[in-house]
Amino acid sequence: MHELSLCRSIGQIVRRHAEDRRVTVVHLQVGQLRQVVPDTLVYCWGLVNEGTTCEGSVLDVDHVPAVIECRDCGATTRLVEMSMACGACGSTAVAVTAGEELLVTSIELQGV
Amino acid sequence: MGRFHRHDDGTEHDHDTELGEHTHDHSHVAGRDVGDMTGYVTGTERVQVLEAIFDENDRVAAANRADFAEHGVRVVNLMSSPGAGKTTLLRETLVRLQGRSRVGIIEGDIETSIDADRLEGLGASVALVNTGNGFGGECHLDAPMVRSALGRVPLAELDVLFIENVGNLVCPAEFDVGEHARAMVYSPTEGEEKPLKYPVMFRTADVVVVNKIDLLPYLDVDMDLFRRNLASVNPDAHVLMVSSKTGEGVDAWLDWVAGA
Repeated sequence: MHELSLCRSIGQIVRRHAEDRRVTVVHLQVGQLRQVVPDTLVYCWGLVNEGTTCEGSVLDVDHVPAVIECRDCGATTRLVEMSMACGACGSTAVAVTAGEELLVTSIELQGV
Repeated sequence: MGRFHRHDDGTEHDHDTELGEHTHDHSHVAGRDVGDMTGYVTGTERVQVLEAIFDENDRVAAANRADFAEHGVRVVNLMSSPGAGKTTLLRETLVRLQGRSRVGIIEGDIETSIDADRLEGLGASVALVNTGNGFGGECHLDAPMVRSALGRVPLAELDVLFIENVGNLVCPAEFDVGEHARAMVYSPTEGEEKPLKYPVMFRTADVVVVNKIDLLPYLDVDMDLFRRNLASVNPDAHVLMVSSKTGEGVDAWLDWVAGA
């Protein structure tokens, strides 16, 4: 699936910041609304990193729950299932305020 | 507030009582046989990055969008599961738009030119993108793949460009390719629950074309339930009832395209 593409992008971002240093940990934020399978991501991460400064590095995934905010009553609802309705008043005039994150937050590099 | 927590062994639970204990939810997953290194091994340096993983894709998507705008081309990203009828709908679209609008098509498929061949001879410029890459093929089109095909469609001469994505209800939803609108083709044979099973895809669609409605008399599918399920994940989605086979509803689809 697209985890392979994601890992290639993650690798590019990480190596640009790491320059030539060895990467030990990559911290990611992955929102609940992103269709990412963690095990597949890890498998692909191992595949794309052979022979690079990221080889053997750990992916640390911070899962971000999905939250919607109601435009009618202002309440925020944490989504347990994908039902785009306000948990307080039932309105469907809602905006997603969290859960779409997909980013590299930081990396850990081996000391020189 | 309690936070969702997932462990290595796959178990998940909330920590409602651990106020302030967890600032974020982690699944510590090792790339290899390396232990949990998030305890900050001495001698490592942490560097803040804060870069979206789709940044590169989104930059290219913005470049595509700018090119489309420069040439005044409306671009529709057409997505569905395999076999829902994207290519047949496009064929009927081309038949009706011949001589009325200048149409281009970027055709994404993992392998073969079968779909691209089906669209030949109807006055449209068709550029094929095969996504096979040695790993079994990408399951989606991304912005760089679309960009690589732009040299093969004469943007300056087009009114409308359709991007027929790879048949898949998961991955294509994640990639902005520079389109102006997203259309999904859904076939009633897929069942009423599809919006609930693939909410991300259904949520990103501006319009859902319910295709093959000529089959409805022969199916037990409950279209009201389908509409309710769709509305629960995407209250704003526009629904069009179409049969590419009989032609019913195709004109309403063309009207939607004209305003996309």
